[in-house]
Amino acid sequence: MQREEKISYLEKQAKECRRSIIEMLTESKSGHPGGSLSSVDMLTALYFAEMNIDPQNPQKEDRDRFVLSKGHAAPALYAVLAQKGFFPKEQCHTLRKMGSPLQGHPDMHKVPGVDISTGSLGQGLSAACGMALAARLAQNGARVYAVLGDGESQEGQVWEAAMFAAHYQLDNLVVFLDHNHLQIDGNISDVLSPEPLDAKWNAFGWYVLPINGHDMGQILDAFEKARTIKGQPVMILAETVKGKGVSFMENQASWHGVAPKVEERDQALQELA
Amino acid sequence: MVEKQATRDAYGKTLVEIGRENTNIVVLDADLSKSTKTAGFAKAYPERFFNCGIAEQNMLGVAAGLAAAGKKPFVSSFAVFATGRAFEQIRNGICYANLPVVIAATHAGISVGEDGGTHQSIEDMAIMRSLPNMTVICPADGPETAQAVRAAAQAKGPVYLRMGRSGLPVLYEEQDRHFQIGKGHLLKEGADVALIACGLMVEKALAAAALLAEKGIQAAVCNMASIKPLDEELLGQLAEYCGAFVTCEEHSVIGGLGSAVSEYLSKNNPCPVAMVGVQDQFGQSGSPADLMEYYGLTAEKIVGAAQAVMRKK
Ligand SMILES: Cc1ncc(C[n+]2csc(CCOP(=O)(O)OP(=O)(O)O)c2C)c(N)n1
Repeated sequence: MQREEKISYLEKQAKECRRSIIEMLTESKSGHPGGSLSSVDMLTALYFAEMNIDPQNPQKEDRDRFVLSKGHAAPALYAVLAQKGFFPKEQCHTLRKMGSPLQGHPDMHKVPGVDISTGSLGQGLSAACGMALAARLAQNGARVYAVLGDGESQEGQVWEAAMFAAHYQLDNLVVFLDHNHLQIDGNISDVLSPEPLDAKWNAFGWYVLPINGHDMGQILDAFEKARTIKGQPVMILAETVKGKGVSFMENQASWHGVAPKVEERDQALQELA
Repeated sequence: MVEKQATRDAYGKTLVEIGRENTNIVVLDADLSKSTKTAGFAKAYPERFFNCGIAEQNMLGVAAGLAAAGKKPFVSSFAVFATGRAFEQIRNGICYANLPVVIAATHAGISVGEDGGTHQSIEDMAIMRSLPNMTVICPADGPETAQAVRAAAQAKGPVYLRMGRSGLPVLYEEQDRHFQIGKGHLLKEGADVALIACGLMVEKALAAAALLAEKGIQAAVCNMASIKPLDEELLGQLAEYCGAFVTCEEHSVIGGLGSAVSEYLSKNNPCPVAMVGVQDQFGQSGSPADLMEYYGLTAEKIVGAAQAVMRKK
């Protein structure tokens, strides 16, 4: 595929996933739209253009692995996994319902394609470090990817893991920071500022790549660049918009953890037509 | 219509009230102030509210320092993060030093619902109860929560206050209320079996007692909101009088109310105990009502447990 073609293909997939996020959340009547929509472009690019994975063989040993550290963005992960063929799309309608594999936060034993269970913020990067170490020991060339929240980076464990990854020179580890500037109680800078994030990750020994997290071209370039970095983990500091793609959700902290009602869904789907 | 109030709502409202009288009170939260209901205090007394961000361990550590310097901190987050993530800060930072920090946690138990197992704390009472100096309280309704918050504000040592997410019926009249740390509250007398409950299971225990009465079984019902210290005197009396117990809690049967009651009875008044609670398994996503049914936290299960335990007398 030519670059332009690839980009428009990814954009189409991402839009489809956005629609699916809105639909499943409306159906479940609870869940997290804002942070799902801010991270879905990165997830789409990972699963459709970057990661070595096989939906027919989700447990393939030498696969690349993914950690959704901000586990509340599960709808984004489910939408992408279903779109990629890990499980039937119809299943998305069972999100958060009794007996569904699609738990409120991803469960590695219930959903094919989920490499680790998450939901408690701040723990994912440590797990990603463990996976990167295991891949190094296996010498199978597998890479590990993770998505962190910017509010999540207030957790001390994130920085313990940051130190660890740099110390062990985990250059098979690539992390996206979903920098949408919002958390539940408001703007991250008002609640408890983790800024300046670029300088902090730099100082912790990471190779920092600032990009626009909704620009597929920039995401693809970042993947390519990341593969050239040796001896250092890579932080893709992705500038994003919480609620991206749905006008009334964009940049609204109030859309962190409430599901759209039917009329809101219809309006959102119109915008995502 | 039955009046309903979530215990967390009562907490938020009471904090604002006591914050007016007691300017020594400071409140800390970890990016959940709208859910834990500390947002009201934050609005009323912004200079005494500190949002710690998503950093629970640091929050509990800061609370220890505030308390050591003479302040009265109330610290809130979801139960699973407040007690789990920051456990060792609570152990060594707060309980070892016996500092008067109130850990007021909401969203305890499986009635959290759709967020699923990662967010449903079923072990918090067990781990908090195991710490020396710690007091553990799990109120049964909104007004009792209000009283518990006031009692916690007066406590000289650390207090763990366990609250839920969902609205609960108001269980009794104002004049019948006399919450006290270390005291249980006998809601119904009965000589055949004693139902000891806390939190939202008190309502279920009352319903179970009514069902049992239809079968000619007289069950005593006790609201044991004070898990630690337990009302040992009341338990002793019930042991003499009823000779069989059912404990009812929205918590693991390992380490919570059931364990506390059994520990006391086995040492002092051995008699059969059945435990209704979460049976050593994690929660999952679902509606609170479906989950209560699935995990057997119902009046019907209490009835079955009561009949079974009575046969062992
Ligand atoms: C340890 C822990 N504390 C608190 C929470 C509750 N919580 C869920 S999402 C969230 C805010 C997350 O903000 P951010 O990381 O910026 O995510 P985004 O805005 O991208 O959705 C909080 C506090 C949690 N899941 N885990």
